Amino acid sequence: MSDYSGDYVLELRDLHVYFHTLGGRVHAVRGVDLEVRPGETLGLVGETGCGKSATASALMGLIAEPPGEVLASRLHFRGKDLLAGAASGRDRLRRLSATAVAEVRGGGISMIFQDPSAALNPVFSVVDPIRAVLRHHLMLDAPRAQTRALEWLAHVGLPDPEAVAGKYPHQLSGGMKQRVAIAMALAPEPALVLADEPTTALDVTVQAQVLALLRGLQEETRIGLLFITHDLGIVAEMCHRVAVMYAGRVVEEAPVKELFEAPRHPYTRGLFAARPTLHGGRERLAAIPGAVPPPSAIPSGCPFHPRCPRAQAKCAAQMPVLEGDPHRAACFFPVTS
Amino acid sequence: MLAVKNLAVAFGALRAVDEVSFEISRGDTFALVGESGSGKSTMARLVMGLLQPENGEVVFDGQRIDHLDERARRPFRRRMQMVFQDPGGSLNPRRTVRETLCEPFVIHQPGQRDLDEKVLALVSRVGLSGEHLDRYPHEFSGGQRQRISIARALALNPEFIVLDEPTSALDVSVQAQILNLLQDLQRDLGLTYLFISHDIAVVAHLSDHVGVMRQGRLVEVGPADQVLHAPSDPYTRALLDSIPPERPG
Amino acid sequence: MSGGRRAWLVLTRNPLTVVGMSVLAVLMMVALTSPYVAPCDPLAQDLSQALQPPSWAHWMGTDSLGRDIFSRILVGTRYSVPPAFLVVLVAMAVGVLVGAPAGYLGGWFDEILMRVTDLFLAFPALILAMAIAGALGPSLPNALAAIIVAWWPSYARLVRGQVLAVRSSLYVEAARCLGASPTRILGWHILPNCLGPLVVQGTLDLGSVILTAAGLSFIGFGAQPPIPEWGAMINAGRLYIASHWWVVTFPGLAILFCVMGFNLLGDGLRDVLDPRSAR
Repeated sequence: MSDYSGDYVLELRDLHVYFHTLGGRVHAVRGVDLEVRPGETLGLVGETGCGKSATASALMGLIAEPPGEVLASRLHFRGKDLLAGAASGRDRLRRLSATAVAEVRGGGISMIFQDPSAALNPVFSVVDPIRAVLRHHLMLDAPRAQTRALEWLAHVGLPDPEAVAGKYPHQLSGGMKQRVAIAMALAPEPALVLADEPTTALDVTVQAQVLALLRGLQEETRIGLLFITHDLGIVAEMCHRVAVMYAGRVVEEAPVKELFEAPRHPYTRGLFAARPTLHGGRERLAAIPGAVPPPSAIPSGCPFHPRCPRAQAKCAAQMPVLEGDPHRAACFFPVTS
Repeated sequence: MLAVKNLAVAFGALRAVDEVSFEISRGDTFALVGESGSGKSTMARLVMGLLQPENGEVVFDGQRIDHLDERARRPFRRRMQMVFQDPGGSLNPRRTVRETLCEPFVIHQPGQRDLDEKVLALVSRVGLSGEHLDRYPHEFSGGQRQRISIARALALNPEFIVLDEPTSALDVSVQAQILNLLQDLQRDLGLTYLFISHDIAVVAHLSDHVGVMRQGRLVEVGPADQVLHAPSDPYTRALLDSIPPERPG
Repeated sequence: MSGGRRAWLVLTRNPLTVVGMSVLAVLMMVALTSPYVAPCDPLAQDLSQALQPPSWAHWMGTDSLGRDIFSRILVGTRYSVPPAFLVVLVAMAVGVLVGAPAGYLGGWFDEILMRVTDLFLAFPALILAMAIAGALGPSLPNALAAIIVAWWPSYARLVRGQVLAVRSSLYVEAARCLGASPTRILGWHILPNCLGPLVVQGTLDLGSVILTAAGLSFIGFGAQPPIPEWGAMINAGRLYIASHWWVVTFPGLAILFCVMGFNLLGDGLRDVLDPRSAR
């Protein structure tokens, strides 16, 4: 369904997101570069506070300005420059306006949220929003929209679509609601889908089904998928390429097999060492000492240096940039095995 | 140390816990795994006496504790404690850490003299420091709040601790710290754990015995190695198959 | 940032809230100092000066007995503002005593208490206050007592709702695990977390109490002459409303000033204390 033939569905350079709060200005996303190709799943991994959700919200134009401020040097969607004519912000970046994104939102880029209840209006039956996006973005008339909506409900694996269509969100389980949300996101035939922890709230058996569904739909439609998660297992299952975020920046980016076999950045290695696994045994986990710094108190130089076993004087003073290709790491002393 | 026999409770028409029986030996870590609606959290509350069963028994150290009134239950409250899933919610937002940690003593040992020292010792044991004592929960991260919860549970030197999804709300790196802390505490203090979780990897890491619950029933129980690597029940197998792989491809 | 500092910033962020806080400050100062700073004795009559319009000698004019209205307004603050605080605090205390156990214990205890509350709520506050004040005899203390009787049920309802919400919190469960007694749970854990909406409602109600008390005095059930209570002043000036506008207007403006100030302050406090806007 995505007939875009160019190299990238999404090209993002130097995304910065600021929030103006009572305590001052918080720099939540500090220069993130991302690219997503058609038919590819890019995983965005990180812990709480790393800026991954803010990145997704910024791309969808969901950040209210004020108190937010979204800036980037380059944002191309299907070859179209979303920053064309944008106002200048600080540091020679351009301000991404919500209206620019709104034009592509829903029809070109759509989003699946963590909490399916939040995406579905409780006073409408579940077929209603699917019909609405079909009419609005694909300009279908009411009967064709209804038919297509039912087809989508079947396509996402809901048994007896006609019966489900008339139900209200509270009558469905979490997994079924998320399937409806997926139908809502894919029905307008977008080129890029942002999925923000779509299975975190679901049971593990349901999660497996939903992930399989997403994978299958992606292969079929060749959409680009930006998949945000904190779970490395899901990354292993779903993603072609992975970007690891820490303190508002991408610290490592690689094809998924390489990231798992030979992670370079000490934070990535720390994450792998810290997770318990089914076959991992009972020894003490190699926990990363310290804690993730809050966005208002990020250390100077490399933000990971206070917790890094490989840190040296240089790391406190200077900020490393992403180096390497195609496996990139932002570290002065990466692990090269 | 702890045994439940044919425990059952229903909420209206829903059988939340249905004929569940198992035993936990002293010093062991027994895990209850299940998905939402399996009844594992209800089990936690039944064991702790926050909920009364309709049928069955809860036996602690040879004595029946399921239908005791609060007065008779008091001595047991010192020996069994609980750590909850939501570190933010389980601490009173209007009380300082000091006040929260003093509470167990105020309830059970009024007139305790060296409270300050005891409380300081508690926070040190969980990896925090004295300067944290006079702050409020909202000033701490999730991991720190969970440490405070654990400190509160340790205050009266319990023998048995029920942990209801203690790390589910935490990030991976913080979870690792808390799991290590729990393991250290068990070793140093000779604790027995009832660990409730939906995360099979965490359970595999920590537990000696595992019970699998589904819709109120215990479908499989046994040593961890057996249940998690050679399960006999099809639901357990389905659960294990659903876990995302450790590596790609 | 500490909670106190954040609270102050949120409060002062809204200029209207700052207005409300200023009004409260002014009222408290006036209530404290009025007998000493008032230019004239509020009870001193001078029939030769009766019904004079506002002038340099009498900033707000004089009433039918030649008393200086400005001084009476200032001293009248003492008969409106501190009593309003008293009424709200007592009504809240009664409300807590009834509503908190009802919310916590539930069952038939809750049913009985709530039906009693419903009984009182069924009467419009002003009518109930009139009936009580009428039965007890007209005076300011009786009017205040009547308002307390009419007012406490809504606090009981509010507290009960709050207690019900907090009762199922995880930290209350944790306290039960520790073996805390119901009294301790209610007083140490639940009530401190219910205060927010109570304080907001109480502040908003201060203005309503002043209005109700003035209303009772206006119809003769409250403060009796020669007390310079604003409602009583309006009642006394009723006859002259067409010809000598200042006699009723200034007391009316005083009431307006108070009610508006407390309403603005209450709305501002809601921003700070309402859990939805926390953090």
